[in-house]
Amino acid sequence: MSGDAVDQIFIHAKQWLLSFMSGRAPDWLIQVASSLINIAVLLGVFLTLFALISVLERKILGRMQNRYGPNRVGPFGLFQPVADGIKMLIKEDIVPARADKIVHFLAPVLIAAAAILSLGVIPYGRNMTPFVIDGGILFFFAVGSATELTVFMAGWGSNNKYSMLGAMRAIGQMISYELPLIITVLPVVMIVGSLNPDKIVVAQSSYTFGFVPHWFVFTPWGATAFLLFFVSGLVESNRTPFDVPEGESEIVAGHMTEYSGFKYATFFMAEYIGMFAVSGLGVTLFLGGWHAPLRFLEFIPSYVWFFIKLSILLFVYIWLRGTLPRTRVDQIMNFAWKFMLPMAFTCVVAAAVWHYTDRGLRGWLWSFVVIAAVYVTLSILLDTRRKFAPRTYRFAE
Amino acid sequence: MSTVAFTIIAILTLAAALAAATLPKLMHAALSFAVMFVGISAFFFLLGAEFVGLVQIFVYIGAVAVLIVFTILLTRHDTEKVRGFNWNGVVVAVAVFAGLIWAITKTKSLSQAPLQIEPVTVQRIGELLMTSYVWPLQCVGVLLTAALIGALILVMEEKRE
Repeated sequence: MSGDAVDQIFIHAKQWLLSFMSGRAPDWLIQVASSLINIAVLLGVFLTLFALISVLERKILGRMQNRYGPNRVGPFGLFQPVADGIKMLIKEDIVPARADKIVHFLAPVLIAAAAILSLGVIPYGRNMTPFVIDGGILFFFAVGSATELTVFMAGWGSNNKYSMLGAMRAIGQMISYELPLIITVLPVVMIVGSLNPDKIVVAQSSYTFGFVPHWFVFTPWGATAFLLFFVSGLVESNRTPFDVPEGESEIVAGHMTEYSGFKYATFFMAEYIGMFAVSGLGVTLFLGGWHAPLRFLEFIPSYVWFFIKLSILLFVYIWLRGTLPRTRVDQIMNFAWKFMLPMAFTCVVAAAVWHYTDRGLRGWLWSFVVIAAVYVTLSILLDTRRKFAPRTYRFAE
Repeated sequence: MSTVAFTIIAILTLAAALAAATLPKLMHAALSFAVMFVGISAFFFLLGAEFVGLVQIFVYIGAVAVLIVFTILLTRHDTEKVRGFNWNGVVVAVAVFAGLIWAITKTKSLSQAPLQIEPVTVQRIGELLMTSYVWPLQCVGVLLTAALIGALILVMEEKRE
């Protein structure tokens, strides 16, 4: 059982640490210590990942745009985040004279707190959920919905029209895309019958013929829901092509315009952590969580699989950023309400069809038919291909 | 442990509520109102009603607080102006509080020993909603859909002649 030992090595390490306290400290203190260990590890892992991704993103973007990325600090520029961190720390922290001091200060703190909290309910490996809670999925979205208020605080507290405009845009698109984001999660919750992320991962554990994993992404409704979820997650984390809230060429940096030094870095970090959280949830819901893609690969520890899947999703995020131009605000909104929302509802129906036609090949075909029918109808109804005509301009009214 | 938690949460919630009622700037009042919602959801967590606590955060922080903040921003031009003290509000608040206290002290079941209630799981709530309470649930759904469509019609662009 050496594979098992490696798989559970972090759990054993934690139990070993806690065993020093047992018998000597009261029970509640041990509980607090256990939570603190979880929090410390979570922060350590994800802040390291943040540092790594911030340099990798610049390297990959550089490669896509035919230039070197950062390559001066350390081997391959790997120590760039350290240099950036020091730079951010020693910068002057500028607070505008007319800004609301308290709200201006609280906004980056709260936005980072909300992002980090949502990381807590994701299962990173077998028995490796930092914060086990029955309604874990609900917790994720409840905490995520607090982000809107903090973005507003940043925009309003700065007392700057660019900040306010950016905050308005951010809240507008976050509210619009929260709907498809949550509704695409519904079919998974329906099929598993639980809001608990651990149970959702366990439900995807078996294999057909020993090599086709039962991940939800391999069903028609799951694949559609995953795509919609991914796009919504892209919007929620304000990434290109949906980065209108901070469109540099239009409104400076949106709600972050009046932030400098470490407060700006906190916003930056919160954005990346939010991206990790949404991708982590996507892996948990649709990509089988910490399960191996093939049965004979199960000897590789579960957390390794989780982070491989997470890295692939993060790479796609960076890839899209290097490929797509920024969309317009009205395009984003139209897409959300006219396409994403009906398709998300279709996923719910298709999942129900899949369930009631025995979850087998027949169910697969029927749910595919449902999704294809709605997709074709929508694309006919929403066909906005204009015939050749003089260019028309639309202005804000 | 839980009495300590209760005291801390109660103080925080009351302080936030008081701040929401008395702070001179309207926007500050709205934001402390949101803090009070967090306090209330913490109470639900303390009582083992996880689901209600989460929904409290979801609906009241994610939607209602944002709505309040937006309506203040979009409708009032005097958000920066300092509010005066509203004595009528105090009278209403004291009246409501007195009424509630009167109703609570009159309740007969208060003197009985509290029953041992199991923590309500999300699963249990879901099952009840889909079996015993499916009709009320559907009616609420229809009502909300009607409200959504109504809101859309209200803001729809009028066709130009």
